[in-house]
Amino acid sequence: MTTGQLMPLMIAIPIVMACLILAAGSYLPRVVTDILATATAAGVAGMAAALLIHSGHSRVVTWLGGWRPARGVSVGIPLVADPLNAGLALLVAGLVSCALLYSWKYMESVSGRFFALMLLFLAGMEGFTLSGDVFDMFVFFELMGAAAYALTGMKIEDKTAVQGGLIFGVVNSLGAYISLFGVGILYSRFGQLGLPQLGAMLRQHRPDALVIVAFVLIITGFLVKAAMVPFHFWLADAHAVAPAPVCVLFSGVMVELGLYGAARVYWVAFGGTIPHADVTRAFIVFGALTAAVGAVMCFLQRHLKRLLAYSTISHVGLFMMGFAVLDDDGTAGAALYVVGHAGVKSALFLLTGILLNRYGNVDEHRLYGRARGDRLTACLYFAAALGLAGLPPFGLALGKSVTEDAVAVAGYGWAPVLFIAVSAVTGGAVLRAGLRVFGGLGPRPALESTAGAGEESTGGEEKPETGGLPRTPVTMLLAIGILLAGSLAAGLLPDAGQAFAHAAQRFTDAAGYISQALSHAGAAPPRPDPAVAWTGEGIGLDFLSVALALGVAFLGLYARRLPAALRRSAAPARPVIAVLRQVHSGHIGDYVAWLFTGIASLTALLGLPLL
Amino acid sequence: MSVYPYFVAAWLMLVGGYGIVRSRNLVHAVVSLSVAQAGTYVLLLAVGYQRGALAPVFGSTTKPNKHVVDPVVQAMTLTDIVVSATVTALLLALAVQVNKRQGTPDPDELQALKG
Repeated sequence: MTTGQLMPLMIAIPIVMACLILAAGSYLPRVVTDILATATAAGVAGMAAALLIHSGHSRVVTWLGGWRPARGVSVGIPLVADPLNAGLALLVAGLVSCALLYSWKYMESVSGRFFALMLLFLAGMEGFTLSGDVFDMFVFFELMGAAAYALTGMKIEDKTAVQGGLIFGVVNSLGAYISLFGVGILYSRFGQLGLPQLGAMLRQHRPDALVIVAFVLIITGFLVKAAMVPFHFWLADAHAVAPAPVCVLFSGVMVELGLYGAARVYWVAFGGTIPHADVTRAFIVFGALTAAVGAVMCFLQRHLKRLLAYSTISHVGLFMMGFAVLDDDGTAGAALYVVGHAGVKSALFLLTGILLNRYGNVDEHRLYGRARGDRLTACLYFAAALGLAGLPPFGLALGKSVTEDAVAVAGYGWAPVLFIAVSAVTGGAVLRAGLRVFGGLGPRPALESTAGAGEESTGGEEKPETGGLPRTPVTMLLAIGILLAGSLAAGLLPDAGQAFAHAAQRFTDAAGYISQALSHAGAAPPRPDPAVAWTGEGIGLDFLSVALALGVAFLGLYARRLPAALRRSAAPARPVIAVLRQVHSGHIGDYVAWLFTGIASLTALLGLPLL
Repeated sequence: MSVYPYFVAAWLMLVGGYGIVRSRNLVHAVVSLSVAQAGTYVLLLAVGYQRGALAPVFGSTTKPNKHVVDPVVQAMTLTDIVVSATVTALLLALAVQVNKRQGTPDPDELQALKG
């Protein structure tokens, strides 16, 4: 069997296993279902690792059903793996394995359906990652979407869960249909759906209005998934209500897949026609706005899962800025940032799940000082929180320093300030929550909402997913340990930086992708790999952001003890914050209106410079 | 081929979106989503249409040298319909459940998720 044949199997095996578990779920003992599901995910991870090793030498291309292209034209569907998306496939399968391992004891009352949905979700994400065909990307996008909506709304007795699932479903599906509209427009002009064929045709094509509109519509769906402001509203609602192991997949990789989709479609299909400078400008604007809005909203939360969700939004904005500079360094930095972030953020979500299970809610104020005796959980929490703030040697810190450097070199000198501010504010918010919950520091916070009745989600009514375990089970701690170790490995392994640089170089080499997919030519790397490694300056800035995060955390704890004059100086920010809170209204109509506003502004940013 | 079907497709997409924005009932919002999706069906079928061409089923009546409409977009539309059926069923079930738990299907009166 060749490596190419692994790719269809990585998608098919989870689907088959999901059907088996659904069919036999009620006859099998729970422990067998647990082991079957986790072993399937781990097996897919193994296949992804093999694919990653092979794709390091040369891209792996499979035309499904043997429908190879003839003279550059094909009706077949390609699956293409380069090191970047093979690595992403490994990240997907690894996170699903950890989430399933954690669920052994955590999701006590669920039947086989939960595991079947998780495996379908896995299949959808793997398919989206490996596909080299825009229509196929839409289909897998909807497969992972449908599984994700169901997983979000799974606790059907919980009123917030069903509302969050519904909002998530409507906004994301509308985004997907808008993408499909773009695919249809593109097909009407070029008669092709495969990315390599489209890329080959578009390279000789002027960027006219139809191409710009098709591009904007296609990436709209992906940016909805990637939670770019103003497409981001669904994310906090969905994350706040989904079970913790599901949040791991949402924050750790599903959102980033949206970004990957946009970057892949641009590089391969549109990179030769729409000018790089316009795309860079548009994506930097969206990324910076997302990072800023996410960070402010993150700091305002007391619902722990919502807090982490807004931190994800904010970080995705930073990843976007890394991809936006459209060079090897920015892409390598962003990829490393994504992997480092996946480890620590997933660990934080799982730790929040432990808090929910032990103490019955996820409200920072209600949990004040409750977890004081829980040393091990506290150590893991603070390790992950400091990692989120950018503590070396976590992979996140390396990714952050490489990305901020690349964005600054590309001509956006203010970028490092934004990166450090965002890391400090989001890390500070997570640390503040930890210091309150595990340390009981600061004055006791008020239980009633300060934002006015009904204007804030507190997390006080969140229902635990288990019936209160006496001690934290070892499988749950093991899953958290693996995730943190993974994030550390991305920063510590001596060749990790170089591997990411190589992956980024292959990812940005669109001409190589097209020629290798269409003619099976063995493409040699045309450029040397960029250098990705720790630098003294980068480490210094990382420590600065950690120090600032600690400052922000203590400011959050002791704000009420500040002198009155200092507190008054913050008064002008109040109306802005009030408006931001009101905009996040939980209203499905508002969210869709924002979605259309976002499409209009994206079209303006990309289209106006070409007039 | 006239441009008329393309305007219908775009209009369906926009009016579906507008329906969700102005919706006073979650079931109505989900159905509006289906209306928006119907825009994609019209667009895809319009793309593949040729005047005077036959259905793309080759056999004793349609020889391989005859003009047929594009089968690729028809396959895409069928896939799209399958996706739509799944997602709409799931979302309607969630809408019913929201009504049960919060006592109202009106998005304006739902209070559970804010800020």
